Amino acid sequence: MSFENKVKHIIEALLFVSERPLSLEQIKSVLDTEKKAIVSGINELKEEYDSNHSFKIREVAGGYQLVTDAEYSPWLRKLFQGGRKEHLSRAALETVAIVAYKQPVTKPEVAQIRGVDVDGVMRKLLEKGLVRLAGRKKVVGRPILYSTTKKFLEYFGLNSLEELPPLDELVEMEQENADNEN
Amino acid sequence: MNKYKVKLKVFEGPLDLLLYLIKKNEVNIYDIPVAEITKQYLTYLEFMRELDLNIAGDFLVMAATLLYIKSRMLLPQEEEFMDDEIPDEDPREELVKKLLEYKKFKEVAGILKEKETESSDVFKRYVAVPEGIMEDDEECQGFEASIFDLISAFTEALKNIPKDDFKVVLDAEHTVEEKTEFILTLLDQKGVIYFKNIWYRIRSRLEAVVFFLALLELIRLKKIIIRQIGIFGEIKISKPLPVLNYEL
Repeated sequence: MSFENKVKHIIEALLFVSERPLSLEQIKSVLDTEKKAIVSGINELKEEYDSNHSFKIREVAGGYQLVTDAEYSPWLRKLFQGGRKEHLSRAALETVAIVAYKQPVTKPEVAQIRGVDVDGVMRKLLEKGLVRLAGRKKVVGRPILYSTTKKFLEYFGLNSLEELPPLDELVEMEQENADNEN
Repeated sequence: MNKYKVKLKVFEGPLDLLLYLIKKNEVNIYDIPVAEITKQYLTYLEFMRELDLNIAGDFLVMAATLLYIKSRMLLPQEEEFMDDEIPDEDPREELVKKLLEYKKFKEVAGILKEKETESSDVFKRYVAVPEGIMEDDEECQGFEASIFDLISAFTEALKNIPKDDFKVVLDAEHTVEEKTEFILTLLDQKGVIYFKNIWYRIRSRLEAVVFFLALLELIRLKKIIIRQIGIFGEIKISKPLPVLNYEL
């Protein structure tokens, strides 16, 4: 077996077993070869899977992960979720969105933006592992700071926080809409 | 009367309701007709009351704010203060700023919702047995420890906390949330935690109590399992064995 093929197969084995997304660095620490070789190995695997498999490699939370094609979700859901589709409440989505942009952020700051108390929602998000405690703010009362987690990226299928649209852009969209209306 | 035609929508909060009213009335967010919107806002609150819905305090605070803005807009400008070079600020400005800010995040929440739907159709590897739990299971022909075992261990451990009479400064350093997070993080790293191993780190009675509450909370949420190896034995904290139900 050629060296390239071997590298490809090792990467495949690593991805196959790993439950978390594997970063390039993690793969490199095992393989001890150039990053370029690893990336090209991953790309080859991607091509192979795309043509003839029910799973693929997705880039998420700063790493690579083997996941199934969306096409097969109805059957997988039957086995693993009792057919249900889980989703977050609107309150949870709004709260986690604010944390994602403003992190690290305190609960009162999030509540200020939402106009409602976020105690219960934040606890839910902590339980789900979508946000984590990120120390304390150095102000009176030393309130706890919250940040989003890697699991947050994984849950929403994001590779990094940069994939979220910049807030300023959303403002521009808003103003354009207002201009169009006038 | 069209009163009965109103379809009740669940609003996330006063800002959400205001945005809805602005959209429904097709008014410019930068130039809100406060009197009209306030009227509709109050009608809505009245409506919630009739339906016996619990009106959160936040809704009432916003009602007060709206009325305040409305009254300020009715007042004539005070000319005397013109010399102070303070530009006439729009009493609505702050509210508009808040509304716009909230609106942005509402949009982001919508984007996240789409992402969530997309992502939930994609399944990752299902790991049946987390590492570090099964490996030493033979040694642990444990029985499940009851709350009382935990309490007696707790009392035992309390005795060992050094008494320091000189510290009187109260520190609010410890919260259940923090301890919960600490335990879960440690579990993620180690797989199994022994009660005595974390206990010796505890410095004060308050911290001990908070820590204990965190443990109980985690048990309640089924996030951890507490087992004891034999009577009076070690108390072991581990993650529960996953049920065959994929969980994100």
